[in-house]
Amino acid sequence: METENFTQRIVPADMSVIDCDLHNRLPSLRMLYPYLPDYWCDYCEESGFPGPDANDYPEGVPMSMRPDLSDPQTEDSASDLARLREHALAPWNSEYGILTCGYRVQSVHNEDLAAALASAVNAWQIEHWLAPEPRLRGSLIVPSQNPELAAREIERIGAHPGFVQVMLPARSQAPYGNRRYHPIYAAAVRHELVVGIHYGGAPGIPPTSVGWPSTYLEEYVGMSQVFQAQVLSLIAEGVFDQFPDLRVALIESGVTWMPSLMWRFDKEWRGLRGLTPWVKQPPSAYIRQHMRMTLQPIDAPPTAEELLQIVGQLDSEDLLMFSTDYPHWHFDSPEEAFPANLPKGLARKILSENARTFYQF
Amino acid sequence: METAQKETERQRLPIIDCDIHNTLASETVLYPYFSERWRKHHRLVGTPERIGSYIPRAYLYAARHDAWTPSGQRPGSDLDFLREQLLDAYNIEYGILNCLTPVCEMPNLEYAAAWARAVNDWQIAEWLEPEPRLRASIIVVSDDTEFATQEIARLANHPGFVQVLVLARTLEPLGRRRYWKLYEALVQYDLPLGIHFTGVGAGPITAVGKPSHYIEDHAGMTQAFQTQVTSLVCEGIFERFPTLKVVLIEGGFAWIPPLMWRLDRAWKKLRDEVPILKRLPSDYIRSHFYVTTQPIEEPPKQEYFHQLLTQLDLNDKLMFATDYPHWDFDSPEYALPKSLAPALKRKIMADNARALYQFETKKIAQSVTTFSD
Repeated sequence: METENFTQRIVPADMSVIDCDLHNRLPSLRMLYPYLPDYWCDYCEESGFPGPDANDYPEGVPMSMRPDLSDPQTEDSASDLARLREHALAPWNSEYGILTCGYRVQSVHNEDLAAALASAVNAWQIEHWLAPEPRLRGSLIVPSQNPELAAREIERIGAHPGFVQVMLPARSQAPYGNRRYHPIYAAAVRHELVVGIHYGGAPGIPPTSVGWPSTYLEEYVGMSQVFQAQVLSLIAEGVFDQFPDLRVALIESGVTWMPSLMWRFDKEWRGLRGLTPWVKQPPSAYIRQHMRMTLQPIDAPPTAEELLQIVGQLDSEDLLMFSTDYPHWHFDSPEEAFPANLPKGLARKILSENARTFYQF
Repeated sequence: METAQKETERQRLPIIDCDIHNTLASETVLYPYFSERWRKHHRLVGTPERIGSYIPRAYLYAARHDAWTPSGQRPGSDLDFLREQLLDAYNIEYGILNCLTPVCEMPNLEYAAAWARAVNDWQIAEWLEPEPRLRASIIVVSDDTEFATQEIARLANHPGFVQVLVLARTLEPLGRRRYWKLYEALVQYDLPLGIHFTGVGAGPITAVGKPSHYIEDHAGMTQAFQTQVTSLVCEGIFERFPTLKVVLIEGGFAWIPPLMWRLDRAWKKLRDEVPILKRLPSDYIRSHFYVTTQPIEEPPKQEYFHQLLTQLDLNDKLMFATDYPHWDFDSPEYALPKSLAPALKRKIMADNARALYQFETKKIAQSVTTFSD
């Protein structure tokens, strides 16, 4: 895969790129020991705890790694950053890149350990990613299974200029509209941070509404339904009425299901809005106002024409934000990386302007 | 003038309603169909369900206000009134009864089986025999396939039964091995599987825990449908049971094209995990699934509706349904967009259902042996 060539074919010379989904992976829990109190270092070392892993991207699965990248399995953040510069930032000449660290402290049962790991991984991100590379911005890892502890972490470090969002895994024990999460939203709004809901997570309940599926294929495909449940919950519970400045990014959610959800949700709201009078506008209006989606994986239809139809059905030019999802593998051709034949103004918005406005660079 | 025109159109276009809900006026209606053992059981424990507490629906029994019977009985419980308000009012040629009864939610499987048998016998005696326009779904307990296969064998040759019904929220995804015996029986008797809106399942009704509001429950049901389609395809059910047909009832259909695209793309990368699949997931979906129209999709622009139909590419498998007597009823006159081509409208309103259910030709009337206990 030669992304270098994509850039010239997709990105006109006068347009810049903001990549909203770049993964900085923590290869080993030991890398966090410098940032952890002795108690937790001993606890982890003696118990052999390998650190949380939601198995969002099993190593052998093709979409977990672009075929042109080999995974060196180093414990050297500097060389990982060099790789990211070479294979993600440089090919697209990205102006900014947003790191979406997938360290799933939310799966750790001991909430104090989860909070300690979150603080440690955030410190590691600052030292090894944000400080050395000014084009990168970060996502705060928080123990969202305990919203009070999560809010405390946002208060502790949310003012750092490198962080632009708070990361919540798509899968959760309770839907994100539930009022237990209000402390997280209050803190995010206070620090002008986006809340990014990202593919994955392992909260301990089944990843579907009808129990445990058999295959990773089902789990992967089913993640868009997880996002759908979160969107319904955030709007039906009135989160955006409570927090009018709250911005939510759906990251790696897939894109093409969104028009169908808007139609269904708007229709249901017309019939049932008496039951949730605090939801004052059609749900799709909240989505367009408060939510954005990253581009990959776009789950594109077979033809470019159908993809343009779907982009049109969003009824907004503001919703999509460019992403490569480095190092995950979703596209092999420029047409798969970015919708072809978009009007120039819309292409510019998707490539950078929507993210620039939303993340307030 | 306009009314007369509408009258002619109504007469011209046959209508088959693929989703009508007949209900028990009260649970004791089943007593004549229960043995004494189960009458006693009902008096003792009532109808325990796993659910604990459900989210109250917008309206009692989720019913239309005007569907309460003249004597004040539960909507859908009176055949005469159903004839008047639905079958005669719209000149419906055939209607398919999908009785929603909580058998799939009962913890006691023996009781659930007795209940399902009683409901099926009640359907024969009080709905199918008196009204030749009606057909029904066999009620089974989806999590007890042993019983389900017995019940299908008992009733499959009755001309009134055209389908077997399960609810969208099951204990496990429907592709899982525990359900395969059910598909064996369906294939053996050439009956489609109907998956209908609602159900409780084992855990929370979403993948992310318990929602608070009815609109999340109701609009969220498409998540269960998407999971079931994904599971049936990925477990290779249509390779194992190549003649199995599945009807998605009251699940909407705008979510189907994006699901097909996501499935196809993911399968291309992950096909080694599911070597049983020989074709694109979307091929299985287009070959094996039928979809009812209610609650009809209502995008903000008609143009989007036509784009959707083209992307869906299921013109032979979309089937009209009203969902009588529920609050989100779709009228045969107004549900489909006016801009739909007449030939396609005709297929959706009746011909597709006729081809699937083969009302006239397939069934050979046979006497029913009542399963006694």
